[in-house]
Amino acid sequence: MSRQSQRGPLDYASRWSLRLWVAGVMLFLYLPLASLILFSFNDSKRTIRWEGFTLDWYARLANDDALISAFANSLTIAALSTLFSVVFGTMAAIALWRFRFPGRGLFDAMITLPIVVPEICMGVAMLVFFGTVMPWPRDLVWPLDLGAIVIAHITFSFPFVTVVVRARLASFNREMEEAARDLGASELRAFWDIVLPHLRPALISGALLAFTLSLDDFVITFFTAGPNTVTFPVKIYSMVRFSVTPEVNAASTVLMAITVALTLIGMKFQRTEITKPDTGQPEPE
Amino acid sequence: MAVAKGGMTGASNAAFWAVFTLPAIWIALFFVVPLSVIWAYSFGRTLGLTQVEITGTLANYARVFDPIYLWIFAKSLVFAGATTAICLIIGFPYALVMTFASPRGKIALLLAIMLPFWTNLLVRTYALMAVMRTEGWVNRGFGLVGIGPFEMLHTNFAVVTGLVYVHLPFIVLPLFSTLDRLDRSLIEASLDLGAGHVRTIFQVVIPIVWPGILSAVLLCFIPALGSYLTPDLLGGTDSQMIASVIERQFKRANDWPFGAALSFMLMYLTLAAMVWRALAERRAVVRSAR
Repeated sequence: MSRQSQRGPLDYASRWSLRLWVAGVMLFLYLPLASLILFSFNDSKRTIRWEGFTLDWYARLANDDALISAFANSLTIAALSTLFSVVFGTMAAIALWRFRFPGRGLFDAMITLPIVVPEICMGVAMLVFFGTVMPWPRDLVWPLDLGAIVIAHITFSFPFVTVVVRARLASFNREMEEAARDLGASELRAFWDIVLPHLRPALISGALLAFTLSLDDFVITFFTAGPNTVTFPVKIYSMVRFSVTPEVNAASTVLMAITVALTLIGMKFQRTEITKPDTGQPEPE
Repeated sequence: MAVAKGGMTGASNAAFWAVFTLPAIWIALFFVVPLSVIWAYSFGRTLGLTQVEITGTLANYARVFDPIYLWIFAKSLVFAGATTAICLIIGFPYALVMTFASPRGKIALLLAIMLPFWTNLLVRTYALMAVMRTEGWVNRGFGLVGIGPFEMLHTNFAVVTGLVYVHLPFIVLPLFSTLDRLDRSLIEASLDLGAGHVRTIFQVVIPIVWPGILSAVLLCFIPALGSYLTPDLLGGTDSQMIASVIERQFKRANDWPFGAALSFMLMYLTLAAMVWRALAERRAVVRSAR
């Protein structure tokens, strides 16, 4: 911390008032979560007073078949949704970036709309759509019975991937691709060798975004799910509604651990992108 | 039919259809059609359990202007507005610190704000429920200094706190991305010319990043307005927001046409907010061009 003595006028990050502010935000963000995790290890049915350490609640989770199958459903839905979202999202981004066509503005608006439409509106629209227009058969074998939920998740996830990929495409140097084409690469080849590598960070962060959006979603799933297609959040919701038990804490902690792990993986991939500004502006010392 | 942008040759029609077709069909079938059906239903009336006859009536929209529902709309707007304002106040200094932190500090701060964001919404809401209960941590803290306990859970206060808790990253991330692109020499110039830090922030930084602030405000306001889970779990009987009423029409009350009308009122509010932002952004561009 020798830098502190000669700190520049723009070194807002080391001003104590702002540091205190950040510390306050951290407390606000993490105290509830820390308390939730702590009480998942509490040896008491009531989640108020600390009675001692136990792993009983986790053992109980592992034996809760309904919860396990809800969890498997959630992961399956998230994986399928991510796969399709990345493909569709990237396609739409490229279509909008590369081509002028009649109705481009409309297409752009239609792709962006699912991001801004309130979840509840999309949820009820899906409820009606899968209830009357395209009834999804109820007694299909797993995982086909999850189809309606997967479709709904792809629909609200892939526009986010489009946004991420478009942002990345904006910084693409078109001359690179033209050079490749001049040197005889086919359109597909130039895309595969030049554009795609440039997009890779966006594809990874887009995929992680789609995965967590799907895993996190409660509202739209709540309206799309049938009685036999319960996802993890829907299951937790019904548990929370009925009672506040340490078992819910344990289930929440498991879900949190997964997302934290995913985040760390994502950050590792993105790390270079965050610290290295695209504008070429030098880092201030 | 499709023309490649930027005068690049060789980007063929086939390539266009290859990337355009699937997303276009998908969005038409699974987004435009469902919303159109709801829109049509909003002009209909209920016949049976799931039977709706589209009669072209405006009765459902007229019912939205019933004082009971108008009150809920107003309350939702106030909740979302308060949430956005509080998020902005909490989030701006945070984004500022993030912008000027070292590369490693940046990652740490980004991670700190993203981790809760990536944590399931339900988990976060549940965590808040546990903390805000009458016998929860916060009240015990109050008890230590001799005040309380306060009834916090199932109040409007709990709803706004929950909304702030959930929507903070929506403000911080766009703010950070605009602040990060800000030309630092402008701040230095302002400081060199004798303005203090606070004055520099209010008279130099904020006007420049204003479009970014508007985007951030919108990104926070829209999801907050349509929140379902937070008021449902943290709120009491008098803290219902629009989404709860819509849910009731589609599930328990089984009045799809009225629920559809309410949904579209919420959509119009959302679109109005977006138009407002587009206009404000254009004004900001015009102002800076002068």
